[in-house]
Amino acid sequence: MSLRKEHELHNRRKGRNFGVGLLLAGFVVLVLALTMVKVTSAGFTFPEIEGGE
Amino acid sequence: MSDASINASMIREDDASLGDYFALLKPRVMSLVVFTALVGLLAAPVGVHPVVGFCAILFIAIGGGASGALNMWWDSDIDQVMKRTKSRPIPAGKVDKGEALSLGLALSGLSVIMLALATNVFAGAFLAFTIFFYVVVYTMWLKRATPQNIVIGGAAGAFPPVIGWIAATGSMTIEPWLMFALTFLWTPPHFWALALFMRNDYDIADVPMLTVTHGRRSTRKHILVYTIILATFALATAFTGVGGPIYLTVALVLNALFLKGAVQIWRRDEAICEDDNFKVERSFFKLSLLYLFLHFGAILAEALLKPYGLGGW
Repeated sequence: MSLRKEHELHNRRKGRNFGVGLLLAGFVVLVLALTMVKVTSAGFTFPEIEGGE
Repeated sequence: MSDASINASMIREDDASLGDYFALLKPRVMSLVVFTALVGLLAAPVGVHPVVGFCAILFIAIGGGASGALNMWWDSDIDQVMKRTKSRPIPAGKVDKGEALSLGLALSGLSVIMLALATNVFAGAFLAFTIFFYVVVYTMWLKRATPQNIVIGGAAGAFPPVIGWIAATGSMTIEPWLMFALTFLWTPPHFWALALFMRNDYDIADVPMLTVTHGRRSTRKHILVYTIILATFALATAFTGVGGPIYLTVALVLNALFLKGAVQIWRRDEAICEDDNFKVERSFFKLSLLYLFLHFGAILAEALLKPYGLGGW
């Protein structure tokens, strides 16, 4: 069965997809914030690279 | 998959919403997890950056939610027959069992890895152990095998303050285990009171709840004995590192009320309960929710006031 371009199914799922999108965006922001906090903390040191100069 | 390949059977009127997936995570249990983990984190003697603290609580909560989804996946057969649980997303036909399993496994992995990265590996490992304990030891193994299921299951629900403490400190001391014991000892009287007034549910589902295996009189005795042990322990905690005058005052009032309720439950017979529709059991159950919330609230108050020289002894 083919669906119309704007089937009711699409509308129903729009809200769900939008919610998942928001959650993923929130997760990205959270990881960014966490990274900023970690790298700017007093105890942070860059890991040594083997064989590096 | 293109739209053309969608057949009529896939277009369901009761398509799951985001809320249905959220319901798989047992939001009410999650709120208890969030609160107790937060108390564990803030009561720890080490300061935590707010972003790290937020991440820790969030991932502990997601780990708790993942356990809930895996529990609903495994228990969907009994959820279907119990009045209290038959409107959950799987028995209601909104979410497939496979989806619940996938969501539970994905969120378990995400929460453990992210907690380890945000705080420390010990906290991540302890969260992984908690998920394993709740899903495998309690849900899959012991829930349907022993009437002590509630006692053992209570341990899983009691771990969050320990994880919160470890997330802050990276180490283990006696204090978070005092908070663990409070929830662990509180769980049996809380759930057995529920089992007394939701009695047909567990009979039908064939879950060996104490009310079914040992009878209702024995359950009433068990509630009283556990409440006495809990009250003793809760009051003794007032004189430890997490206690103080605020906690002692709260504990004295609440444990007096809780003990009074337990004695009333122990003395009541079934005919009276039927007449008043388990009034005392229902109010004991409601009080138990307040009991745990206020005990942890008092521990939190003691910890937050300590820097100002007010909390603790």
